[in-house]
Amino acid sequence: MTPLVSAQNLQVHFDLGGGSLWARMAGRPARGSVVRSVDGVSLEIARGETLGLVGESGCGKTTLGRALLRLVEPTAGRVTFRDVDVTALAPEPLRQQRRHMQMIFQDPYASLDPRMTVAQIVAEPLHTFGLAHGRDRHDRVRELMAVVGLSERFINRYPHEFSGGQQQRIGIARALASAPDFIVADEPISALDVSIQAQIINLIERLQAERGLTYLFISHDLRAIRHTSDRVAVMYLGRIVEMGPARDVCDAPLMPYTRALVSAVPVPDPVVEARRTRIVLQGDVPSPIDPPAGCRFHTRCPYAVAACRVVEPALQEIRPGHFAACIRISPEQPDIEGAKPA
Amino acid sequence: MTRSTPHSAEFAPRLELVAEPILEIRDLTVEFSTEDGIVHAVTGVSYDLNPGEVLGIVGESGSGKSVSMLTVLGLTPMPPGRIASGEALYKGKNLLTMPKKELRDLRGGDVAMIFQDPMTSLNPFMRVAAQIEEVTRLHLRHSKADARAHAIAMLERVGIPDARRRADDYPHQFSGGMRQRVMIAIALACGPDLLIADEPTTALDVTIQAQILELIRASRAATGSAVILITHDLGIVAGMTDRVVVMYAGTVFETASTKELFARPGNPYTQGLLQSVPNPAAERGAPLYQIPGSPPDVAHLPPGCPFAPRCSRAADVCRQEFPPFVEVAPGHHSLCHFAHDVHDGRSA
Repeated sequence: MTPLVSAQNLQVHFDLGGGSLWARMAGRPARGSVVRSVDGVSLEIARGETLGLVGESGCGKTTLGRALLRLVEPTAGRVTFRDVDVTALAPEPLRQQRRHMQMIFQDPYASLDPRMTVAQIVAEPLHTFGLAHGRDRHDRVRELMAVVGLSERFINRYPHEFSGGQQQRIGIARALASAPDFIVADEPISALDVSIQAQIINLIERLQAERGLTYLFISHDLRAIRHTSDRVAVMYLGRIVEMGPARDVCDAPLMPYTRALVSAVPVPDPVVEARRTRIVLQGDVPSPIDPPAGCRFHTRCPYAVAACRVVEPALQEIRPGHFAACIRISPEQPDIEGAKPA
Repeated sequence: MTRSTPHSAEFAPRLELVAEPILEIRDLTVEFSTEDGIVHAVTGVSYDLNPGEVLGIVGESGSGKSVSMLTVLGLTPMPPGRIASGEALYKGKNLLTMPKKELRDLRGGDVAMIFQDPMTSLNPFMRVAAQIEEVTRLHLRHSKADARAHAIAMLERVGIPDARRRADDYPHQFSGGMRQRVMIAIALACGPDLLIADEPTTALDVTIQAQILELIRASRAATGSAVILITHDLGIVAGMTDRVVVMYAGTVFETASTKELFARPGNPYTQGLLQSVPNPAAERGAPLYQIPGSPPDVAHLPPGCPFAPRCSRAADVCRQEFPPFVEVAPGHHSLCHFAHDVHDGRSA
């Protein structure tokens, strides 16, 4: 089956400028002043599937999500959506294509125009894509509000009159308005209170079941990712370092970074917390401007050997459907603990 | 690390048997007058903190978890704020009526704080070591040289690599995690008896959060100071605290030992919060337990129990009468008309 969305060797670099005037005039990229946000990512998302994308700030997960919708221009590589090369589309066909690819944002208030009423916000995609007019449009807005659990009474209110959870519902209604196939949900729950997070997760999952939606669910919250996703991709400094079925990645991670990430998540159970051993990584995430050579994680990796500083590891299938980028593990030796000491 | 500073004895674990709580908050009520009317941010809050204990205060935004603490420390602006009632006894002295000068001497010395966002709490124009020196010169009357040596020792203790060289950097030259380490170095510089950490890791990445929590754990083990940890993350509460206070709508809803609270919650709100966290045992596709509705507007609280509009077991009495604070087990209290039923697992 062909995937709904796929990326091949996708790359998004941001040129920060700088470098010598001579080099710039000669048109050479100024080395060292380029942020390698997304640096060669390939992935596929099947229709109806949720791919969870997890990583720390600056790892490039948001940029990757935006590049799939071409909200940022990839500097290399290809994005295919329903067999159409999105990266090659001219502005007008791209605009038409966006009807089918929408986004839910992290900060619900910042992503809603404060001078527009809920009705106007939710109706905007219908207007932009010419999907409904007049009475019909009004009915569609009311229907969408009901779908996301907002009372019709609020139809003429402004975003600031709503709580954070309700604002996120408005953002979801807007994303649904053009009846998309694919939605990038970028940290949709991290700005919300704990009791509201469960509501929004349930809403996002219900909509998927009812409408056959396909999601890229971006989050730094492994608990939420594990709950919502079929498969999970872990990003570190612009690259996918592990990818596989959600349960396998979250419960039996292979790559040392994922293992540390999983172990760093506090478990809401004091009995478990008292017993578990934590892997506490040393140091900070290096800058994506000048990522370390070889394996990008080697500067913080407790298992790194000399070769890790040189060889850039490729994703390899360690267990069925479960890929990891680490030269110290293999299908024959999947457990890093069993790798020969440095 | 040098141990020549006059307060180095403070770092030794305190083993004296003190039965008296280090901090007693009694019936604290704080109101704010706004255009929207009187906001009841904190209503009749009482809790104790024992020496050496780690107390978690959990709640959602607007629950009053931070305001109650800030008010106790004299950091709530008044007006618009107003303490309507209550007292906060720190080692027997009421912080709420203490002269400003005395309270200032306490803050940053005996009682230290760590806030959520290190970038807005550090002075961007001051070198990091100077910000530590400022505290010890004021509270410990350190000489310039002592303060400098102590500042570098503190930076080393909180794990700033190459501390001597980085001491004269400015905060913007540090990463978020390193800045929070500097905040902790400032807080611990005078060997406090009480450390208050208000969402200390909320702005940080997961792996950096693990580092900072480990540092707080290690510091506490070394100094034996009491800690109040304000957070919304039940995972952090489970791993860090001895006892928990759950707040909702400005009121204490439940208090118990951490083990007891997670094993047998006695309040429907706590129960709902615990159930709504994604559970590793749940089936893929099975919906999460969800508490309906939104956190209440503390300017317009309903009569009766503030949680009643969202509570699955609310009865008429809940909508009419403010619930009693019931002791469901020794040391375990819950604000609920049906506290015993909830605690014993009897359904509505």
